[in-house]
Amino acid sequence: MKFITYLCIGIFFGIILVKSEVASWFRIYEMFQFESIHMYGIIGSAILSGILIIQFIKRLQLKSIYGKEINIPAKEKTIFRYIFGGIIFGLGWALAGACPGPMFALLGAGYIPITLVILSSILGTFLYGLIKNKLPH
Amino acid sequence: MDQLYQPWPWYISGPLIAWVLLALLFVGKKFGMSSNLKTICTICGAGKVSSFFRVDWKSQLWNLVVVLGVIIGGFIGSTYLSRDTSVNISQATKDHLKSMGITDAGTNFLPEMLFSNDILSNPKACISLIVGGLLVGFGARYANGCTSGHAISGLSNLQLPSLIAVIGFFIGGLIMVHLLFPLIF
Repeated sequence: MKFITYLCIGIFFGIILVKSEVASWFRIYEMFQFESIHMYGIIGSAILSGILIIQFIKRLQLKSIYGKEINIPAKEKTIFRYIFGGIIFGLGWALAGACPGPMFALLGAGYIPITLVILSSILGTFLYGLIKNKLPH
Repeated sequence: MDQLYQPWPWYISGPLIAWVLLALLFVGKKFGMSSNLKTICTICGAGKVSSFFRVDWKSQLWNLVVVLGVIIGGFIGSTYLSRDTSVNISQATKDHLKSMGITDAGTNFLPEMLFSNDILSNPKACISLIVGGLLVGFGARYANGCTSGHAISGLSNLQLPSLIAVIGFFIGGLIMVHLLFPLIF
């Protein structure tokens, strides 16, 4: 049952990623050229809706369907890892035109070359794990 | 009904993404796609070389099921819910791309130059995709999140670290598109 729930949430997300075109390399490029509202509108309205949803959950102290409290774990309060890690991520996002959600939607949509991006992003994650203690966080 | 088969406008798509966040919160989980890359490393045995990967991957299986769903959703969205998958980007962007030698803007979902099926015969495209993926995977883990975890989930929860990370995403993206693309393409 849980399996089906997670699968359905994923299917819903995958359909959105394709139909909203956020999985399109062209849209990412256009965003970084500031030549359309499209991506900003999507991210902005997603965040705005998300803020409302989370405030709603917090104010009403809503619980998950399993009766547990809903909370989003706070991220550690440092700066280096977010700015350096963020910049590295952004470089890759613009080059490959895909982030970790859309790359899987593109695989399903049948774009075989995205396999290279998926495999190398797994390798990139592995490399981080290898040298993480040498990096400023 | 016809609108379902057209590209979805941003004011529909954005709130729908928030519904994904809501759904995951209500089943007691969190929204973060890049964690799956770490889980895959763990399953492949990366824990042998770094304690970073010594985590209980079974507790993360739910997120891999979400990924499986995303793959299926990508297939459904492009095969059954689209008549054509051309992306109608702005004319100014098309002109920029044309000057870089990318001429299929506005007619394809992804540029042929990087995503054609005979990509193995194009070393520059291969290297671009591999380097792009390496940066995405490395950067997401270094920043402790990607677009879903930081930009959507983190900013919706008004977390300052996520704002710093998203600013980083944009600095990186702007450097790539404006400073490095002219050197690459």
